[in-house]
Amino acid sequence: MYQHDIGKRSAKVKNVVERGAVKKFAEAVGDPNPIYWDEETGKRSRYGRNIAPPTFPRVFDYGVIEGLKLPAKGLIHGEQHFHYERPLFVGEELYCYAEVKDYYEKQSSMGLLGFLVIANNGEDADGNLIFTSTSTIIINEAVRKAMSV
Amino acid sequence: MTTIREWQVGQSLPDVTLAPVSRLDLIKYAGASGDYNPIHTIDEEAKKAGLPGIIAHGMWTMGNLAKLFTSYYEEGFVQDYFVRFQSMVFLNDVITLKATVKEKDDKAIRFAVAAVNQHGKEVIKGEAVFSLYE
Repeated sequence: MYQHDIGKRSAKVKNVVERGAVKKFAEAVGDPNPIYWDEETGKRSRYGRNIAPPTFPRVFDYGVIEGLKLPAKGLIHGEQHFHYERPLFVGEELYCYAEVKDYYEKQSSMGLLGFLVIANNGEDADGNLIFTSTSTIIINEAVRKAMSV
Repeated sequence: MTTIREWQVGQSLPDVTLAPVSRLDLIKYAGASGDYNPIHTIDEEAKKAGLPGIIAHGMWTMGNLAKLFTSYYEEGFVQDYFVRFQSMVFLNDVITLKATVKEKDDKAIRFAVAAVNQHGKEVIKGEAVFSLYE
């Protein structure tokens, strides 16, 4: 179903680790630790500035993978992995893009399931990879039939 | 305060039990994350999708679980964080966050992590690798 999309990538999109967005996100996940939002705490920290929570990359724009058509509804988020070279710094610019890493299918008690693995990457201005956020999306039989694919 | 290095294999960080999941929690997370899928905020939409009612964003639970590590950021950082979403989380569920040391060396500590509901069921489960500064 999506085997031919493996390896496709979006064009890079510039994102900023925005101070207000980090604060709002930290509050929303119930983690109002001042390392994320208080400037004095950030300055005094080993980072010399504020950092972002580990799941913050959820907010970035990763661009659009041309030709990859996902259903509007009914997808299941099966697994999520974040890998970091270092924490994200408030204020920094990151260049983000998405890539289809894999697609595979498994028979289950609930019918045939498709597993689509998408890596969302963030690079610094010099092209160094800073983080990868990899999601495994599950497509069940009902959704597949609705798509007629 | 205990440093993260002091925890030994088999020991757990102190559990954190959250307040019952509220509608406001999910509305705030939708706004902060940009995930406006209405199954997380509108009852009728959740039911139309075949769900018993509103369910929490899986990433809301994953984001909460990461806070077990926040107070240790002077010592290191979460280098890898992986979870599998095992079960739905509903309004008023009471979630407890858990992390147990599986392995450690001079460079990193690997934790088994989970969020467990009031029935003792793991709603998300996975691993976090906390990389240590020298």
